[in-house]
Amino acid sequence: MVTLQLMPYSQIEGLSSLGRIRKLLDVAKDDTVVLLQGRLKPEEETELIKATMEKINKDFKGIELAVVKPGKTKEGGFASIKNDIINAVLGDRQGFTLVGPANIVKAIKKDPDRIQLMMNKSRKRR
Amino acid sequence: MLNILKKFIQKVFNDIFSHRGELKLGFYGPPNAGKTTLANKICMDWVGEEIGKVSEIAHETRKVSVKGEVEVEHDGKKLTFAIADTPGIATKIDYEDFIKSGINRAKAKQRAKEATKGVIEAIKWIDNMDVVVVVLDATKDPYSQVNITIIGNLAARDIPVLIIANKTDLKKASIKKVQAAFPQYDVVGMSAKKGKGMDEFYEALFALVG
Repeated sequence: MVTLQLMPYSQIEGLSSLGRIRKLLDVAKDDTVVLLQGRLKPEEETELIKATMEKINKDFKGIELAVVKPGKTKEGGFASIKNDIINAVLGDRQGFTLVGPANIVKAIKKDPDRIQLMMNKSRKRR
Repeated sequence: MLNILKKFIQKVFNDIFSHRGELKLGFYGPPNAGKTTLANKICMDWVGEEIGKVSEIAHETRKVSVKGEVEVEHDGKKLTFAIADTPGIATKIDYEDFIKSGINRAKAKQRAKEATKGVIEAIKWIDNMDVVVVVLDATKDPYSQVNITIIGNLAARDIPVLIIANKTDLKKASIKKVQAAFPQYDVVGMSAKKGKGMDEFYEALFALVG
């Protein structure tokens, strides 16, 4: 069984970058895949990787990570302006971040149209 | 405390690159993309010695290696680089993968431990680079989060980036896929192992920083 935890943006909104990273990593270390509403900043992504490396041990092998940004519209004119305004207002709330422990999630394949989570067939329970 | 540590790292870095006029050229990318192979090729071309050891097994480079005073000439123009070959950046490291590659358990565990430190070191060095060559394996999915994270970080820091779609000597390689994934960057297709595409590489590098 795989547990998927949905995390609304409000749960990390008031946290510092370090706090956000710690929260995501704590959930992932608990054998849970996290689907966070919103996305991390590029600097936070590297901090998450650094923090993950520091936590790696015989039970925790690291994470699989995917940060999904909202797609750019191909429409011009008013639709384009509307999207720019939405982006400016919502900022990091748009898109989502997927973090899964590497002992559960083998790989996350991402292309512009879809996301695939490849799960490990047999995994050791802690 | 963090600021003191950051300043200390910056000082150590600046001491290493103490030669004036040198451009700090970093080689970044996921493990086994060919960073050391390309850095070795450049160092062999211009200073006659290699920067690091190459292996089929991932995470061979586990410490940042620096070669200073690498004077490169292209089209009558000269630039001096301090080349930094960095460990491959990954989000997971499992010592059992090294065992599968034929390394004994004790050495595999040691390699994994050193590899985690190497990833941290590589990330810490990003801030100090003047220009970065991101080396990607053109036979693999370019949309991996590690690739996006590295390039996103360089963009956020306004560091000029050149992307290499490496291993074009292999059948599965696709330069087009890499270009499609990062349309806002110059992408040079090459085979660092075979030395193919070096002229195009120097051309793009000089266009970026020259």
